[in-house]
Amino acid sequence: MISLKLGGIMRIFTIILTFLISYIPFSASSAPLQSLGDGEGELNVVAWAGYLERGQTVEAFDWVTGYEDNTGCKVNIKTAGTSDEMVALMNEGGFDIVTASGDASLRLIAGGTVQEINTDLIPSWNTIDPRLQDAEWHTVDGKHYGTPYMWGSNVLMYNTNAFSEAPTSWNVVFEEQTLSDGESNKGRVQAFDGPIHIADAAMYLMYHQPELGIKDPYELTDEQYQASLNLLRQQRELVGRYWHDAFMQMDDFTNEGFVASASWPFMVNLLQGAEQPIASVIPQEGATGWADTTMVHAEAANVNCAYLWMEHQLSSNLQSDLGTWFGAVPSVPSKCGTGLMDPAAGIYPEGADACKINGIDNFDKIYFWKTPVSKCETQDSCIPYYKWVTDYIAVLGGR
Amino acid sequence: MSNFSNYLFKNKHLLLLFFLLPPLLWLSIIYLGSLLVFLFHSFFYLDGFTGKIVYKISLNTIIELFSSAANIDILIRTTILAAFVSIGAAIIGFPIAYYMAKFTSPKMKIFFYLAIMLPLWSSYLVRVYSWKLILAKEGILNWFFSKLHATWILDFILSMPVIGGPSLSISYLGMFLVFTYIWLPFMILPIHASLERVPNSLINASYDLGASKRQTFYKVILPLALPGIAAGSIFTFSLTLGDYIIPYIIGTSKFFIGQAVYTHQGVAGNIPLAAAFSLVPIAIMTIYIYVAKKLGAFNAL
Repeated sequence: MISLKLGGIMRIFTIILTFLISYIPFSASSAPLQSLGDGEGELNVVAWAGYLERGQTVEAFDWVTGYEDNTGCKVNIKTAGTSDEMVALMNEGGFDIVTASGDASLRLIAGGTVQEINTDLIPSWNTIDPRLQDAEWHTVDGKHYGTPYMWGSNVLMYNTNAFSEAPTSWNVVFEEQTLSDGESNKGRVQAFDGPIHIADAAMYLMYHQPELGIKDPYELTDEQYQASLNLLRQQRELVGRYWHDAFMQMDDFTNEGFVASASWPFMVNLLQGAEQPIASVIPQEGATGWADTTMVHAEAANVNCAYLWMEHQLSSNLQSDLGTWFGAVPSVPSKCGTGLMDPAAGIYPEGADACKINGIDNFDKIYFWKTPVSKCETQDSCIPYYKWVTDYIAVLGGR
Repeated sequence: MSNFSNYLFKNKHLLLLFFLLPPLLWLSIIYLGSLLVFLFHSFFYLDGFTGKIVYKISLNTIIELFSSAANIDILIRTTILAAFVSIGAAIIGFPIAYYMAKFTSPKMKIFFYLAIMLPLWSSYLVRVYSWKLILAKEGILNWFFSKLHATWILDFILSMPVIGGPSLSISYLGMFLVFTYIWLPFMILPIHASLERVPNSLINASYDLGASKRQTFYKVILPLALPGIAAGSIFTFSLTLGDYIIPYIIGTSKFFIGQAVYTHQGVAGNIPLAAAFSLVPIAIMTIYIYVAKKLGAFNAL
């Protein structure tokens, strides 16, 4: 009798196992969608926090409700904190689209997790900023794997009490010097605590030490990489504490006497809103930045809703309002000055060009974030990202 | 059905197994199983070229962990801080626990329990963030010192090597304060429990036999409280070894074991190295408990 029971359990076990095995996704490399059908009634999204707002945080910021009303696709949002989390969630499956940054997007394409898209099915495709239409972080071998969502740049944030005029170079966070308030910058500057900050150092060297031959701050040979690490070791002497999250950095600038750091327009806007003596600039060396892309899962259950979303993200109030919300630049230039970016909405001052404030003219100065890999284009072989992680931890530890 | 219950009635062991199986499965598969699978990853390694995990048994990762000076720094830094936090918490915690166990009325005891437990009811993150504000350069503590015209004391402390820094929130001293504050209840409660079990008659007997107060404390009370201190220090020590949030918020951004595990696994996808890092606290705790046992910390149990 017991053996019978066990047999039953084994049978159930086998069924579960078979089910699990059958669930392992097979990568289907088929042609993109050819024609659009009706919406499936649902859309499951993996997105950065604050990227999909339906007015739940601040009532005026809502670019989801309109989509749901027009298409009947109900949006379910799963927020992710890091690119790695996004890749993991997409690999697990069950999602239709993701707002992937430059580092995640290529990994998703290489892993076959996202599908090629048919740009003919997105009527507003041609309104996209031409500089983004064929960007390398979502276009591989001439095939498009996503629709540009939003982009922005890191900036040099500084305290106007310590700088009588805007700094022109990133050297204020890399080299010890006396600031215009008469005190040294030592202990008063910050840097990002993520390994990707190595690229900022490489970008600085690219400008100041051309003999190193750095062509791309994310593609470094061993020699270039070591030079960047040395610069960061020098920076470690100046930095009391590295910043890890946006609100902690704002607190450090308000309460800890920090006066300069690489930062995001997001923090600059909020600090200025709190009437702190804060301004920002993109120095002569350029800046690193981010460009995100909406990508469709290879086995998306709601493909039609996904295409309707990509059209919505280009043609609705999303671009202007999200740009305002995040201090970012719309991927559709014609949306500048509309919606909440229109000074009439009361957020930007009269006569201001919101896209200029958020940095639309800085595109060429920006080195967009991507994951460093061994096989790189500009060099024979490059230092991969996992090395960046180990070595940056060592730099933070004073090694 | 009745056959089944008769069968179970005759085979009591089977019934016991039937009831114990779900929690046992939970413990062995979900709790220990996943931990072991994770730890076993430390015997795999990351391919230097592709950055993918190679599923071959090897000691590469363990060697990598111990051959890098930066990693050794992290291990030493974390262990030393954990040791100081445990000692600090014991020094602060023991008198409180002693007072609670021996000198309070039942009502006062409830008050003490509440006072110790109450912080645990609020979010850990909120408490750590508020400490950041307390310790900041323009924070409450600095303000307090300047009102007392005693900023020089603070400046003197901060100018000391190693423990000092530009401000309390950017120094090891600040980290020590916050860690000690956060884990203090985990020290007080076990000490209190062990002191509570020391019978007053035993203390009276010690006095009757001519021992002084000091002798009674060192010869009777302290040895009997030692298991409590050991248990408390196991909590504070291991919790400090594993924490990754406080070092992100307070301190000089130098990494601790918890952060190294978090970063190698979450950001770099270097699960083998993360697993190797998490082996270290387990090894340290095993040695610690073994030494404590040898020293007789658990004899009074």
